[in-house]
Amino acid sequence: MSLHSQSSGRASAQAAGAPATAGLTLARVGALVVLAGLLAVPFLLYPVFLMKVLCFALFACAFNLLIGFGGLLSFGHAAFFGSAAYVTAHAVKVWGWSPELGILLGTLAAALLGLVFGIIAIRRQGIYFAMITLALSQMVYFLALQLPFTHGEDGIQAVPRGVLFGVFDLNNPLEMYYTVLGVFLIGFFIIWRAVHSPFGQVLKAIRENEARAISLGYRTDRYKLLAFVLSATLAGLAGGTKAIVFQLATLTDVTWQMSGEVVLMTLLGGMGTLTGPVIGAALVVTLENYLAATSLPVPVVIGCIFVVCVLVFRRGIAGEIAARFGKQSRNV
Amino acid sequence: MMGTIFGIPPQALFGQLLLGLINGSFYALLSLGLAVIFGMLNVINFAHGALYMMGAFVAWLLLNQLGIGYWWALLLAPLIVGAFGAVLEKTLLSRLYKLDHLYGLLLTFGLALIVEGAFRHQYGVSGQPYPIPAELSGGRNLGFMFLPNYRGWVVVASLIVCISTWIAIEKTKLGAYLRAATENPVLVQAFGINVPRMVTLTYAFGVALAGLAGVLAAPIYQVSPLMGSHLIIVVFAVVVIGGMGSILGAVLTGYGLGLLEGLTKVFYPEASNIVVFVIMAVVLMVKPAGLFGRER
Amino acid sequence: MIARLLAGAALAALTIGVMSAGPAMAQQGKLSGDTVKIGVLNDRSGLYADLGGEGSAIAARMAAEEFGNKILGKPIEIITADHQNKPDIGSNLARQWIDQDGVDAIVDVPNSGVALAVQEVTKEKKKIFLMEGPATSRLTGDACSPTGFHWAYDTRALAVGTGQAIVKEGGDSWFFITADYAFGHQLEADTSAEVKKAGGKIVGSVKAPLNTADFSSFLLQAQASGAKIVGLANAGGDTITSIKQSSEFGLTQSGQQKLAGLLIFLSDVHALGLQVAQDLVLTTGFYWDRDDETRAWSKKFFDRYGKMPTMVQAGSYSAVRHYLKAIEAAGTDDGLTVAAKMKEMPVNDMFAKNGTILPNGRMVHDMYLARVKKPSESKGAWDYYQILRTIPGKEAFATFEESGCKLPK
Repeated sequence: MSLHSQSSGRASAQAAGAPATAGLTLARVGALVVLAGLLAVPFLLYPVFLMKVLCFALFACAFNLLIGFGGLLSFGHAAFFGSAAYVTAHAVKVWGWSPELGILLGTLAAALLGLVFGIIAIRRQGIYFAMITLALSQMVYFLALQLPFTHGEDGIQAVPRGVLFGVFDLNNPLEMYYTVLGVFLIGFFIIWRAVHSPFGQVLKAIRENEARAISLGYRTDRYKLLAFVLSATLAGLAGGTKAIVFQLATLTDVTWQMSGEVVLMTLLGGMGTLTGPVIGAALVVTLENYLAATSLPVPVVIGCIFVVCVLVFRRGIAGEIAARFGKQSRNV
Repeated sequence: MMGTIFGIPPQALFGQLLLGLINGSFYALLSLGLAVIFGMLNVINFAHGALYMMGAFVAWLLLNQLGIGYWWALLLAPLIVGAFGAVLEKTLLSRLYKLDHLYGLLLTFGLALIVEGAFRHQYGVSGQPYPIPAELSGGRNLGFMFLPNYRGWVVVASLIVCISTWIAIEKTKLGAYLRAATENPVLVQAFGINVPRMVTLTYAFGVALAGLAGVLAAPIYQVSPLMGSHLIIVVFAVVVIGGMGSILGAVLTGYGLGLLEGLTKVFYPEASNIVVFVIMAVVLMVKPAGLFGRER
Repeated sequence: MIARLLAGAALAALTIGVMSAGPAMAQQGKLSGDTVKIGVLNDRSGLYADLGGEGSAIAARMAAEEFGNKILGKPIEIITADHQNKPDIGSNLARQWIDQDGVDAIVDVPNSGVALAVQEVTKEKKKIFLMEGPATSRLTGDACSPTGFHWAYDTRALAVGTGQAIVKEGGDSWFFITADYAFGHQLEADTSAEVKKAGGKIVGSVKAPLNTADFSSFLLQAQASGAKIVGLANAGGDTITSIKQSSEFGLTQSGQQKLAGLLIFLSDVHALGLQVAQDLVLTTGFYWDRDDETRAWSKKFFDRYGKMPTMVQAGSYSAVRHYLKAIEAAGTDDGLTVAAKMKEMPVNDMFAKNGTILPNGRMVHDMYLARVKKPSESKGAWDYYQILRTIPGKEAFATFEESGCKLPK
């Protein structure tokens, strides 16, 4: 157990840990090192596990776009994640679509659903918004339970992974991993661009003071709706990809517990930070993996983390780091 | 055979309506508790479903560990759950009042996971049977359906509780303080009323209602750690539809939606699980504050 | 900003690295032949925990102990996990077991939906899958696998046994309350086919979600249908709840309607009590009190578990035992080789006499039509069944040709 695990832990610590101290001038080099680390990890760790982390990381980033930058707490994001998984799985398995088209369709479906949810939910704010998204996602859960194409409790099983762009055989774990990594990086880049665009600035202004944004002439509802749809779309991208990775789409992905989990990932990692959700997702997925092998009840541990985060750790991990080293990074 | 109503045999129609009323009794009790808590604390108590489950488990434990039967459990379980709620409020929730209300939701979500997970770890997810009290076993033939006595009792009990709570809040002095404290806590505090204690007691009362609903549910649904987790979302929808402003709204919407679900089961059973959510969406489009709510 | 981003990414990579390096190395550090590892994967906390659960693990261990916990000079290891009746959790566990922990065979897996998901994994990885818990006949039909074995019973055998017997007694119009997943759908379909074949008719059906707490509205629909027989196409906790609530709603009081439990385990009868369960007719693959051999084994099982074995638990013993014998005969634990060997050898133990295994993995053995005794007839604890008839294996199970399995014969 010990030797190999230590060395691999240390290796990735070195690979990824170095840039944290390297400072700003080395930022680009650092980015390359992180990328190299991400490219190398599947040789050290179980690829299926890594792919799960990446899918959830993207999911959490998408969720964070809404809460962290728009100030809207959606408690129903599992609906987008899960329904995209169902649509992708159905397209690939039943219609024989290629994986990239399947994921695209799943993402589109999530975007549409996001539009519908958004139109209804943005009429209210704060707690109401959370409860409305929660209730709407529960409706999606019941639809998933009853519609014939989702196959109820069984879910859509034995989804073929297929061949990406007719070239990459996704049944090979490495090719699958790099595909998921690619999807994640694309999603992450979109979020990064959105946050740093004028659109992102307006969102932040709405989060801080909506009345003021309105008085400045912004039609805040439109911005909020757009943010909601974008967030739903990316959550769908994550869900569709997950369906291909695990070759399954099941009810688990549309339950409210799943919505809660993504809230936790974001909260733990740090709301409103770009990397926080990634850290949070990695931690939560790892923790669940670890707990599954012990007799400790997973929900209790997760619940405790939730309570601790809310009471004393509201900035999350990335938020705390940013607060410590705030002066340096603010300038970038 | 009897005639039909809209092509539906009357026994099916009235039977499902009655079952809907029984479900509605639980919705009403739970949304009443949520509304009381929200009115005072501005917190949506996500742990409400877990505490409802806890009420049922307390009754089950009282019976199986101490031999204390249903009628005493009906009194004791809400007290125990209420006391537990008071501890939660004092130690955890009270730290969050100055922050965004969403943190209250998140905290109670975490609490729900802990409570549910702990019971699940201890007792598994399959239901534990809880016997119907001897006084209420059996049933009567109403002509259109066979109504088990116990289910009839549930409707009566929930009506009594809901009406007396409404009277207590709308018509008594204590209720007046409560309503005043909701509107302007600083002013009420200035009158020499201990507002923090009132907040604690309100939360305790709200969750005690959930505990009571749990005891009422135990003989019907079996006692299972997951019994609250699906119900709570429906109750949230009920609360959104009713609007958070009024106690009466919460109660009426609870019963009303139960009946409506029953009707759906007759005419289009496939939609019975989602009808509440569809109605929620429609109400939000037409009247964003809910049927009985006020814009705040 | 970028620095913050990088710091975060670094931390994420670090946590993944440190926390997950453990399981990853297990994958590389173990040679498949060092040990025969058997994973018992079932519901250990939910509505099917009583019919399989830890009991199936104990039965598997009893089989391993007969070999001295060693085979071909190497240790036999038995591990367990809870799939929580979720197909995604089940298939992930199976994948992880095979990829990382070097598991050679997976045992039990009640809940047909989960079993279908696990079958996909074991088929892809060419590992043995010994199914006792799941019911759907699809597991040896369109979803069959060269390394999958369906052992204790299936929906078709239940339909042939209970369905036919009830129609013969005059129960010729049926209404189904069906568990809404793979198992329930298949059981309803198979039973409907048998009922129609015997001259009965189906007047309706309603699908109830898995683990339903309140069957009252479904029972009302059943009452309104006017069918003579209300067929319960569900299992475990759902069967128990629906039987209890139908007595609460006076379903059978009028005498016009009768309940037919299509899949009833010994554990269900035990939970219901004879007062409620009496006179139910059921089909089972095993009953502990059938002959001296079954009594002797069940006594040993009872001493360790405190309950008499269900057909799932007894089947787990039988299947694991046969699997180990095949490894011994084949001299390897390679999945496809062992599977071929298992199909060559007849199954002879306390569970089955001269059982044969079809090319699709269906283990064909005699089934039993039983009636639950009245409290007055029962002579002691666990004296629950009266065997009415032995259903020959050939009659109970579909032939390979009928099954629809596309494997080479």
